[in-house]
Amino acid sequence: MAVDSRSRTSRRTIVQMVVVGTLASIIGVLWGLYIDWFPVQGSTQARKIDDLWDLMIAFAVPVFVLVVTVVLFAVKEFRMRPGEENLDGPNIHGSTKLEIVWTTIPAVIIFILIGYAATILSDIEAAPANAAQELKVDVYGQQFAWTFKYTGADGKPINTTRLYLPEGQSVKFNVHSKDVIHDFWIPAMRMKIDAVPGVTTSYRITPIRVGSYPVVCAELCGLGHAVMRQTAYVMPPAKFNAWLASKSASAAAPAAGGGGSAAAAPAAIDAKAIFTKGNGESVACGSCHQLAAAGTPAGGIGPDLDKVLAGKDAAFIKTSIVDPQAEIAKGYPPNVMPPNFGQTLKPAEIDALVQYLVKSTRK
Amino acid sequence: MPAAVRHAGWTRATTFTVLGIAFSYALSLGARAGLGYDPVLDGEAVLQISLVTVPFFFLVGLGLFDYWGYYMSGRPTRPEDHSGHGAKSWKSYLYPNTDHKVIGIQYTVLSFFFLFVGGLFAMLIRAELAQPGRQFIDANTYNGVFSVHASILIFLFIIPVFAGLANFVLPLMIGAPDMAFPRLNALSFWLLPIAGVMMLGSFFAPGGSFASGWTAYAPLSDSAPIGQVFFTIGVQFAGASSIATALNFLVTIITMRAPGMSFFRMPLLVWANFSTSLLVVIATPFVAASQFFVLLDRALGFNFFDHGQGGDVLMYQHVFWFYSHPAVYIMMLPGFGIISEVLAVKSRKPIFGYRMMAFSLLAIVALGFTVWAHHMFVSGMQNWIRVPMMITTAIIAVPTGIKIFSWLATLWRGVLRLDTPMLFALGFLTMFTLGGISGVMLAMIPITIHVSDTYFIVAHIHYVLFGGSLFTIFAGVYYWFPKMTGRMYDERLGKLHFWLTFIFFNATFAPMHLIGLDGMPRRVADYADKYAGWNLAISLASFGLGLSTLIFAYNIIASWRGGPRAVGNPWRGLTLEWQVSSPPPVFNFDAIPTVVGGPYEYGVPGAVHGVFADQPPPVVAAGAPAAKTPTDE
Repeated sequence: MAVDSRSRTSRRTIVQMVVVGTLASIIGVLWGLYIDWFPVQGSTQARKIDDLWDLMIAFAVPVFVLVVTVVLFAVKEFRMRPGEENLDGPNIHGSTKLEIVWTTIPAVIIFILIGYAATILSDIEAAPANAAQELKVDVYGQQFAWTFKYTGADGKPINTTRLYLPEGQSVKFNVHSKDVIHDFWIPAMRMKIDAVPGVTTSYRITPIRVGSYPVVCAELCGLGHAVMRQTAYVMPPAKFNAWLASKSASAAAPAAGGGGSAAAAPAAIDAKAIFTKGNGESVACGSCHQLAAAGTPAGGIGPDLDKVLAGKDAAFIKTSIVDPQAEIAKGYPPNVMPPNFGQTLKPAEIDALVQYLVKSTRK
Repeated sequence: MPAAVRHAGWTRATTFTVLGIAFSYALSLGARAGLGYDPVLDGEAVLQISLVTVPFFFLVGLGLFDYWGYYMSGRPTRPEDHSGHGAKSWKSYLYPNTDHKVIGIQYTVLSFFFLFVGGLFAMLIRAELAQPGRQFIDANTYNGVFSVHASILIFLFIIPVFAGLANFVLPLMIGAPDMAFPRLNALSFWLLPIAGVMMLGSFFAPGGSFASGWTAYAPLSDSAPIGQVFFTIGVQFAGASSIATALNFLVTIITMRAPGMSFFRMPLLVWANFSTSLLVVIATPFVAASQFFVLLDRALGFNFFDHGQGGDVLMYQHVFWFYSHPAVYIMMLPGFGIISEVLAVKSRKPIFGYRMMAFSLLAIVALGFTVWAHHMFVSGMQNWIRVPMMITTAIIAVPTGIKIFSWLATLWRGVLRLDTPMLFALGFLTMFTLGGISGVMLAMIPITIHVSDTYFIVAHIHYVLFGGSLFTIFAGVYYWFPKMTGRMYDERLGKLHFWLTFIFFNATFAPMHLIGLDGMPRRVADYADKYAGWNLAISLASFGLGLSTLIFAYNIIASWRGGPRAVGNPWRGLTLEWQVSSPPPVFNFDAIPTVVGGPYEYGVPGAVHGVFADQPPPVVAAGAPAAKTPTDE
């Protein structure tokens, strides 16, 4: 058990290590800043959060490089070589000075990061200067679809499954749940919050880029969690206001069935497309249901329509779409299928879908 | 009655299990008939009663309550003559045994069985995720598979495998003949297979396995099919096992240390298990409570979490995370202990800053209880809780950093023996640092708002629990394999195992950071097409990772059966477990050792940690380990 008398920690090793570590850190940080980690920046909040990420990279990479460099140099310099099987290292128990250093420096770094993060947090949650102009949207999560409620020009509520947002205007989402916990997330906007039964949660964003962005449920909410995906459309304010006005008008129109003028035009409705993709407002039937004619795969979320609809008439199919709880297929739990197809699909679309399903499942 | 049924053992256990099922039927039928419920026979009611009662019938049948039963009923107890100590053949491991070394091996082997089961579930998950859309399993099964994957690996692998390794090693390290409560120790072990059978058995439940994640958030779990109850009750048995073991460790460490072993002469593994046990006894009752709430909600309509009836949905998360965050340290601190042992011996140097290493463990214990709500930054809880929780969470990085830097300083100027346990220890140092760094990022509320419930979280938790915990477990298993089995493992295969694991681990989990930041949520069987490329790469890497564990399994099994005999002290370690034969004598020490110095006095010629009264200071195996040991490098 001879003690290692090699004084191998030459100055040169330390210098080498510092040089290698510094170079690796610089390259790592630059690379980390260069990588496009996030989806497009869709909101002012996204810019701030991405900035915080960059700061994290600037501190994280050197810490990781430090640990790896020391491990690799220790292995290179101090690994046991043949003939050293009985050697021991020096009996060093510690160094108060070093311990103070590696307690203090990380603590300082931590507090810098915390301070910056707290500032960012208050920035991204701050109310806009002109609070009256803020658009308020109520978001309702339910298994397995989102519904959005706007207030029309006449003060009447407008329900839609398409999320439209005006560019450059602060939007506050008040998030509700009708059943279990969901999580309302638009990755491009960076913000998310749980939809909690019995609690109204909220966050605000200011969209800065026209375009369409996925809306995702981020909290496990049951069978159809993975397909609880919709789309948010950010449009210029003028266009948004026009849309809101048109919606108010159609809602105010006599209850002709929600469809309004569009239903009057007997445009050919592609029922198969509605089945596989939805109509833009509705969830796609094929996300959950298997149907050979549409080529949608077995999912196990909803029943296989080739089986459960075989030999059923049009009336039964229509009831099953607009009031899914009326009859639940054997072996499937209730309250899984969204009950809002009566609102999200136009009557003509429902009829077309019913005809399509009758035809497709006839044997 | 035939003797086999009267005497404790598997025949009686089976008989009692049948009796237990009959009892559940009788209780349910009797109660429902008495209360005039219709129908009188309700399958779910019987099943829920059975899940609670049958395990106790089984345990009584197996004989685990015999001694206490005799004692409580005033009958003469059979004094322990230690004739059951030690394992006579592999069959001994299939029966209750009070020898801590037998229990340690029972624990470790059973836990590794669950590692492979949990790993197979991971393979299934990755097979499904290799392409967008649905290929192999439907959505319900998928949700069940990832829920069981996490539950099994947390409650039946990581937590118990550490208890198993410590069960074997810790009494030896402190110079004790056994644990403080050997019968309780045996009971703790036998609670585990029950939890395991329940979690795996849930797949046969009507409506499928529990599918609300290992977090089982209410109200989703309240309204889930009956499979959920298998988790709710299974966790109670796993939790009871942990609590009993933790109490046992605490009492053992406090009262059974060899003469001369002050707290600051304890090896750091003992410190680590002391800290972990404190965490377990304080925190684990909370997870039990959270699951009892769900059980009462589900079975008896208590409405704890039904907001329509005045329940509070967020309360579940607070109670659950008050356990489950400390649980992360329960799954990490024992690993810290293992790494300290391996690094000191394999670097031939004392642990740098020993006292700070011990104090930082205690600091993590204390801070660990103040950070739970960082799992709830987007849960809709009161906003003001967030910043204080961000501060405490980030501060935990300081004691953790102290440990990392002290380990690095321990390496410096040592004589590093780069064999398998050491490679896993170094792998742990680097990979756990990465998991720790993403942990600090996650402490920052604005970052968490974006990445919570995404694959970034999946990446982080696997860097901590796989790159962290599992690497320490591999290091520990290789390190103490000679002591536990009396055989040497194959060094070449061990190194191959390390390198394949290290490479495929990173190839599997590193890209998850990217897709998570880019917006892919976790716990989904299907995902947007833009993540398809990375997911395929991750799946392929994960299959490599899965295959690499087969090398480990082969190495361990083959070496245990026919590896070269191990000497008592193949690593020239100073701690007490290395001063006895491999495997240790039935009663650990022929004479109780006296501890005369610190545990890691490497570099001082002739230094010893403990001496044995009736013999001269032990001679440390001279030179290279026994001639049969494969050489390194």
